[in-house]
Amino acid sequence: MFELAVTDVAPADLGAARMQMALSLGWHIIIACLGVGMPAITLLAEWRGHRTGDVHYRLLARRWARALGVLFAVGAVSGTILSFEMGLLWPGLMGMYGEVIGLPFSLEGIAFFIEAIFLGIYLYAWDRLPPRAHLLSGIPIVIAGVASAFFVVTANAWMQQPTGFDVENGRIVAVDPWAAMFNPATPPQTVHMILAAFMVAGFAMASVYAVAMLRGRRDRYHRLGLLLPLTVAAAITPVQIGVGDWAAHFVADNQPVKLAAMEGVFETQRGAPLHIGGVVVDGELRYALEIPNGLSLLAHWDPDAEIMGLNEVPPADRPPVNVVHWSFQIMVAGGFALLGLAAWLGVAWWRRRELPRSRWFLRATALSGVVAVLALEAGWVVTEVGRQPWIVYGVLRTAEAVNPAPGLVWGFVLVSVVYAVLTVATVYVLRRLARDKPVPIAPQERDVTDYKVV
Amino acid sequence: MPLAEIMLAVMWVGLTAYVLFGGADFGGGIWDLLAGSAEAGKRQRALVEHSIGPIWEANHVWLIFVIVLLWTGIPSVFAAIASTLYIPLTLAALGIIGRGAAFAFRKVSTELWQRRLFGATFAFSSVATPFFLGTVAGAIASGRVPPGIARGDLVGSWVNPTSLVAGVLAVGMAAYLAAVYLTRDAQRAGETDLVEWFRRRALACGVVVGLLSGAGLLVLRADAPALFAELTSGRALPLLALSVTAGLASLVLLWRRAYLPVRITAALAVTGLLWGWGAAQYPVLLPGVTLDSAAATDPVLAATLGSLAVGAVLLLPSLWWLYAIFQRDHPAPPRPEQDR
Repeated sequence: MFELAVTDVAPADLGAARMQMALSLGWHIIIACLGVGMPAITLLAEWRGHRTGDVHYRLLARRWARALGVLFAVGAVSGTILSFEMGLLWPGLMGMYGEVIGLPFSLEGIAFFIEAIFLGIYLYAWDRLPPRAHLLSGIPIVIAGVASAFFVVTANAWMQQPTGFDVENGRIVAVDPWAAMFNPATPPQTVHMILAAFMVAGFAMASVYAVAMLRGRRDRYHRLGLLLPLTVAAAITPVQIGVGDWAAHFVADNQPVKLAAMEGVFETQRGAPLHIGGVVVDGELRYALEIPNGLSLLAHWDPDAEIMGLNEVPPADRPPVNVVHWSFQIMVAGGFALLGLAAWLGVAWWRRRELPRSRWFLRATALSGVVAVLALEAGWVVTEVGRQPWIVYGVLRTAEAVNPAPGLVWGFVLVSVVYAVLTVATVYVLRRLARDKPVPIAPQERDVTDYKVV
Repeated sequence: MPLAEIMLAVMWVGLTAYVLFGGADFGGGIWDLLAGSAEAGKRQRALVEHSIGPIWEANHVWLIFVIVLLWTGIPSVFAAIASTLYIPLTLAALGIIGRGAAFAFRKVSTELWQRRLFGATFAFSSVATPFFLGTVAGAIASGRVPPGIARGDLVGSWVNPTSLVAGVLAVGMAAYLAAVYLTRDAQRAGETDLVEWFRRRALACGVVVGLLSGAGLLVLRADAPALFAELTSGRALPLLALSVTAGLASLVLLWRRAYLPVRITAALAVTGLLWGWGAAQYPVLLPGVTLDSAAATDPVLAATLGSLAVGAVLLLPSLWWLYAIFQRDHPAPPRPEQDR
C-alpha cells in the first residue's frame, strides 16, 4: 500500500478504476478476438462455397456473417468505451504520455474505419454485389482487423517497454513516435495476441458445432461447421506455443520481476526449478511441484542460468504474485490442452481423412472454446497484472495515473451493471442466432421480417 | 501553417463529420422514439433501421478519431477534460453502448417484446448520448474545465446554463439532420406519406433548433461573455452568419420540397455553428491554455498527420463506395438463383 501514499487517491477509487478497466478490457478482448478471427474463417467458408458450389459452405458463411454483424457492433461500442476510459480513469497516463502512444492509436483508428466500412459493405450488400466482388470486399476486413490488433497491442507493449521519449523536469521534451511504437516488446506481444485471436475464434466457433453434433445433428453442414474453424485453430496452436516461448524469453530478459511473479520465485538463484501449482503465503511459494532446473532452462536455454527473485525489489514494486502465477499456469495449461486437441484432429485426419469418431473428441471440442477464452484472459492478466504496480513499466505508477476525482466507485458500479446486462443480451442474441433454423439470403440486407430464407 | 494548427483543424473536421453523420444516426434513434406505437410507427422505424444500418459503425468511428487526436495532439487538454468531466463522459459512453448494441440486437430479433425492449434502449440512448456530449461541449466552451487533472467542479462544470443549452441543442441538431436526411431516403424508397411525415418534422425541428440557437446565444452572453463577443462581433461572425443563412435556406428548401439540396444547406447550418464555436474560442483551449502551450511535439504531429494523410487515400474512396452502394435509387433485386 506504499504506492497509495504517493497521491491522495482513495484506495477504493483506485481499486474501482482498475476493476473497471479490467472489466471493460477483459470483456472487449473476447469480442475483439472474434472480430479479428471470424472474418477470415467466414471468408474461407464463402470462398470454398464459391469454388466447390457446396451449399453447406455458403450457408455457414452466411450464418457466421450474421453473428459477425452483432459481434462487430458490440465490439465497436465496447472498444469506444475503452478510449473514453483511457482519459476518464487514467488522465495521469494520457495527459503526459498520450502523445507518445498516440501514433499507433491513430493508425488503429484508420484500420478500424476501413474495417467498419467494408463490414458494412460485406454484410449489407451480399445480394447487391456479384459473388466474386463480394468475396473481395471481405478481404479488407481481415487485413484491417489484424492491423487494428497489431496497432493496439503496440501501445500496450510500450507500457511494458517504454521507449522513444525524453523527459525533463516532468515534461515530455522529445518523442520519437515510431521508436515508441516499435519498442522491444512489440514483436513478441503483437504476434502472440494476433495468433490468440485466431485461436479463440476458431475454437469458439468449432465448439458451437461440437455441441450440436453431441445433440445428434451430424449432417455435413454441422461437420463442416466444426471442421473448418477447428482446422484453422489447430494449425495455429503449435505455432502459438512457440511464440509463447518467445514471449516468455522476452519477459525473462526484460521484465525479470514479472517473470519472478509468474513463477513465484523469491530468492535469486541459479538452476531455478519450474514451479507447477502452489500458493504464495508469507513471501514464500508453498505446495508447488518442482521440476529441477526447469525454469532456468526454459527461460534462458541454460539449466544453470540465474533467475532474479522478487526479494531483489522492495515489496511496493512487486506485482500480486498469486494472481500472476496462477494466471500464467492457467494460460500454459490451456494452451497445451488445446495443442492436444489439435494433435488429435491432426492424427485422425492424417490416418483416415475424417474427424475422430469418439464422442470424447466432440466433448473436448465443445470445451475448447471456453478453454481458449480462459487462456486468453489468463494471458492478459499475466501481462497486465504482472506489470503492476507500474502503469508504464519503471516510469509511472498506476496510483499516480488514476483520476483523483471522487466517486469513481460509483462509475464502476454503473458500468458493471451495464456490462452485466450487455453480457446477458449478447449471449441471448447469439444463442438465438445459432438456433435460428432459416438462414437469410443476405445477412443484414432486409429487415428481419422480410428475410428470404433457404 | 504550423503542425499544431493543422492537427486542430483536422480534429475539427473529424468532429464535424461525427456531428453530421454520427449525429444524424442518433437523430434516427430520436425519431424512432417519437414514432408512436409499435403498429403506427412500424414503417418509420423500418426506414430508420434501413437507412442507418450499413453506415452507423463507420460514422461512429469519427468519434474515436476525434478522441485519439485529442490525446495525441493535445494530451494535457484531453486529460483535463476527461478527468473533470468524467460523469457526463461516462454517461455518454454508456449511451453509446446502449445505442449500438441494442440496434444490432434489434436487427436480428424477431419477437415483438424483444424488438420493443431493444428498440426502447436504442431510442433512449440515442437521446441521452448527444445530450451528454453536448454538455461536455458546453463545459469546454464556457471555460469550466481548468487545466490540470480533475481540477474543475465535477458537477457544476457540466450542469450549468451553457452546458444544458448545448446538450439540448445537440439533441435538436441530431433530430433535425436525421429528419432532413430521412425525408430524401423516404422519397427514394417511394414512401410518399413518410416523406410528408419527415418533412413536417424537419420543418418543425428546424424552427425549434433555430430558436434554441438564438436562446443559446443569449445564455452565452450571460454565461460566457468572451465567447459571445467573438461570435457576434469577432472573427467567428461570418461563420455564424453562414449558419443562420443556411438554416433559413433549409426551411425554404424543405417548404419547396427540394430534398436533395436541403441536405447540403442543413449540414452547412450545423457546420457553421461548430466552426463558429471553434473560431471564437481559438487559440484558447482551456482557461489559460493556448494551443501552442498544449500541443504535442512536432515529430508526433508530423507522424500522425502523415499517417492520416496516407490513411485518407485509402479511406475516402472506401467511404464513397459505401455511401454510393446504399444510396443507389433502386436496390438490385435479390438473385436467389445465384446464391442458393
